[in-house]
Amino acid sequence: MGDISTEQLAEECLAIVTENAGKKKIKAGDLQKAMAAKYGDQVDRKDVKAAIKELIDSGKCVYGYFGGSSIELPHVEGSAND
Amino acid sequence: MADDLKIPLLEELEKGPWPSFVSDIKSVADRKPMAADLLRQLEKSYEDKRGYWKHGGLVGVMGYGGGVIGRYSALPEDFPGVSHFHTVRVNQPSGWFYTTDALREIVDIWDEHGSGLFNMHGSTGDMVLLGTRTEELEPTFRALTEKGWDLGGSGSDMRTPSCCVGPARCQNACYDTMDMTYQLTQNYQDELHRPMFNYKFKMKMSGCPNDCTAAIARSDMAVIGIWKDDIKVNQEEFAKYLDDGFNVQEFVVEKCPTRCITVEGKEINIDNSNCVKCMHCINRMPKALAVGDDKGFAINIGAKAPIVEGALFGSVIVPFMKIEDGDYEELYDFIDRMWEFWDEHGTARERIGEFIERVSLATFLEGIEMEPSPKMVKAPRDNPYIFYEEYFAEEDEGEGEGEE
Repeated sequence: MGDISTEQLAEECLAIVTENAGKKKIKAGDLQKAMAAKYGDQVDRKDVKAAIKELIDSGKCVYGYFGGSSIELPHVEGSAND
Repeated sequence: MADDLKIPLLEELEKGPWPSFVSDIKSVADRKPMAADLLRQLEKSYEDKRGYWKHGGLVGVMGYGGGVIGRYSALPEDFPGVSHFHTVRVNQPSGWFYTTDALREIVDIWDEHGSGLFNMHGSTGDMVLLGTRTEELEPTFRALTEKGWDLGGSGSDMRTPSCCVGPARCQNACYDTMDMTYQLTQNYQDELHRPMFNYKFKMKMSGCPNDCTAAIARSDMAVIGIWKDDIKVNQEEFAKYLDDGFNVQEFVVEKCPTRCITVEGKEINIDNSNCVKCMHCINRMPKALAVGDDKGFAINIGAKAPIVEGALFGSVIVPFMKIEDGDYEELYDFIDRMWEFWDEHGTARERIGEFIERVSLATFLEGIEMEPSPKMVKAPRDNPYIFYEEYFAEEDEGEGEGEE
């Protein structure tokens, strides 16, 4: 565990996902790179994975799939039928 | 059969002596509108020469990023039964051994929550439950987990590991494929259910170079059983093959890829230093020949089918490894290092084999902190698992890998 709490990382990851919603599919690797750029050695990959797990388990985010897996805000897929 | 089921093109596929998926789906069409509409939509696809499925994108169960493949009909008004037609992948038991009770559990669950149709098994190995609605996904998952089942992998995650029957039914097994599959599945639950890689990662375990799971062509990590010492020979049994009229010269000696077999009188001699473990002689004379005693496995990395780019064969990266006393830490450490390097430097939708092609094998080996070795054969096509003790024993001494 690094110096930054999982909750804080989760909030920051959520902010990135929210900001990019509808514009860019955010992958786990994108969040890892963003957190590494911001915090350097204070966070490692396991910390970011734990933050993503927190977001998914809390229902704030969901996994999507289209040309690779992504982390997205919960929404109804455009292709979904009633 | 549903009375209004008019599917003349599909019924062509029922003709002939072979089994037909059309007949199978028809058999449940009376009681499952989903199955009937599946046939009707497919008939329309055959008429129009185009598919009518939409990618489901974002469907699944809470907390999991894999295990469900979303599909919707592009013609839901015409075929309401398949308006939603999601697939559920169920993690299969190692070696595909089931009790009939276990199979009945699955059948009952899927009859209640889905189309009643399923495949045994998908190409990754999972049981594939075909066709259900979004609102049935959570109840299906609940019913499965209550009985001890779990979903398999899909998307950019570790796919459900699979294996041959190994030591359960095969004397050629050089390691316990089923135990390894189970241990990998348990150890990497996060990687199985939470997509975090650049792309999919498949593991297949074959107990010997016969490679009954076709791991070397179909999995990013092919674990193939191998032995380092000599092929075991039973000369008495060999003599019986000759006495029974078996043409050893034609069917064994001349088929040996390295010509390392000779026969003198009623005795077979194998030059084991030139044997490439192709398994041919052992397969032809299983009573006379057997795999050696110093058994373990080789790990081939990088195979894939041609989806984004062309097909690749796996290449030997770990020439020999053993599991001693159920300790998998050395294997886990190798996998973790490999994943970390691929994850860090791979691009989106780049399989690990493509990644190695792009960055070079030398860079990959450096990245995962492995010393290059001439035993790391690139894309072996005829199982050339060779151990160069005679030439490299001195250099490799003390490294503890691949040498006795």
